[in-house]
Amino acid sequence: MNAPSSMRSAPAGQHASKGAIRIQNVDKMYYAREGAVQAVSDCSLDIRAGEICMIVGPSGCGKTTLLNAIAGFHDITGGTISLDGELLCGPEKPKAEPGPDRVVVFQNGALFPWKTNLENVAFGPVMQGKMTWAQAREKARGMMADAGLVGVEHNYPGEVSSGMRRRVEIVRALMNDPKVLLLDEPFRALDSLTKSVMHEALLEIYYKNKVTIFFITHDLEEAIFLGHRVAIMTTRPCKPKKILEVDIPHPRNYSVLTSPRFRELMEETVNAVHEEAVKAFEAGEKEM
Amino acid sequence: MSAVVASAARPRPRPGKSIFRHHVVRAVISIAVFLVLWELGSRLKAPWVGDVPPPTVVMNTWLPLLTDQGYWYSWYQSSRRVLSGFLAAMLIGIPFGLAMATSRVFNDVTFPVFEILRPVPPLAWVPAAIIFWPTQELSIGFVIFLGAIFTIMLNVIGGARSIDVRFFQAARSMGSSNFDIFRRIILPGVLPSIVVGCEVGIGITWNVVVAAEMISGGGGAIQSSAGGGLGFFIWNSYIGFSYPHIVVGMISIGIAGYISSAIIRQLGLMVTPWMRLR
Repeated sequence: MNAPSSMRSAPAGQHASKGAIRIQNVDKMYYAREGAVQAVSDCSLDIRAGEICMIVGPSGCGKTTLLNAIAGFHDITGGTISLDGELLCGPEKPKAEPGPDRVVVFQNGALFPWKTNLENVAFGPVMQGKMTWAQAREKARGMMADAGLVGVEHNYPGEVSSGMRRRVEIVRALMNDPKVLLLDEPFRALDSLTKSVMHEALLEIYYKNKVTIFFITHDLEEAIFLGHRVAIMTTRPCKPKKILEVDIPHPRNYSVLTSPRFRELMEETVNAVHEEAVKAFEAGEKEM
Repeated sequence: MSAVVASAARPRPRPGKSIFRHHVVRAVISIAVFLVLWELGSRLKAPWVGDVPPPTVVMNTWLPLLTDQGYWYSWYQSSRRVLSGFLAAMLIGIPFGLAMATSRVFNDVTFPVFEILRPVPPLAWVPAAIIFWPTQELSIGFVIFLGAIFTIMLNVIGGARSIDVRFFQAARSMGSSNFDIFRRIILPGVLPSIVVGCEVGIGITWNVVVAAEMISGGGGAIQSSAGGGLGFFIWNSYIGFSYPHIVVGMISIGIAGYISSAIIRQLGLMVTPWMRLR
């Protein structure tokens, strides 16, 4: 398959062998007003170290529930999730401890509005006691420059464009030297032009940093363009319906979008997703 | 706070001079139109405003007062009371509000009392305040304090509870301790609400100080030593049938309230520089 070979072609990063997530038979029940809701059921998924794994599924199918379980924001009601062989959560310990090895980039962004972009980026290492503010700012400046974020260091997040904010947030996550980046539809609110710029920017950041990326999206083009693999999830309860290997070699750029192979993969994905979307629509699923 | 330090070092675009002028022009027109309507209403003996002295008469009463020490002493007295009552309300209200917002136990224990005391109008406290506190100044200060504290607390509680849960999640996953979260998420997150609470609260203190002065400062042997204040100024003018003086006192309080709120707003923007973007 192409994913492993493409990883060989990318520059060696510090985490090339770290960041494998194993999701085994995970269940998640919610207790809502209308009764128990099975958000995730018997979901198993192996995410390889250093890959970009795209999670695609209908609205409200429980993708974010899965992400929250990995991040340690919510508990699970069955199964286990482990990171590099270490148990994050399972029957004994239903809720994982949030930690800097798994950092989330949120759907609508969660940069602290009261901190400048630079201070946002510098935040993590200081909190973890690894650096002083001065050291962290120094490193943050370098990382922001690498990501093309020059001249906005001392602006507040509210002063820069939404595309810029997303980039700052991704860099903030990377400052923690995570094994896994958990991205929850990070580019959803962006217009399609900005989105395409962000895709290439994300890939560039990825080629430099080589972390595992768990990326939730609704956008199939985005999924195939970025991912080594695309996991198509069933409508609630959520579990992988089909896992698609994207055999287009990395590094990729936007010319990939017009290639025949891309079109074929797109068709395959559309068919699989559409079926689930119809089911979800008929069931009247709400966003969870 | 570090965010404030960084922003001070950075040049910030300021609104253009022409916009500023525009602003002032509008304000001047609005006040001028108000004065003209008032003058006309008063001179033509229009219903309701007919008995109010016209602005020209009020001005003639006011101008000599501007050099009168007693008048300015009233300003000083009222301002001092407002400031002390208001500071006390901040010092107690902000920590209390934060504790209620962050600790469920503390909230459960204090909320019922808070909710029962909150609707009691500060003026209803005046007789009790006079009985409870040894000096008249303390009684007035206490009533002012009550006027501001509930608004401040409500804003702090509401502000702290409306902080986006993602901020907590992000901070948690980046390794923040509970204390870090309090200091770096809750405090800055609630700061804009504190500013709003104070801005509204200081307006209420002016409402209250006047009434408190009218009642507690308005009579009795203590008045010479306690000093009148603007509230007493109005009351005294009323007793003396000097209607233009009543209006002078009312306008003075309006101006004092306006200035206080403007100062709080400016101080608020200084401590929440990121809010200027809105």
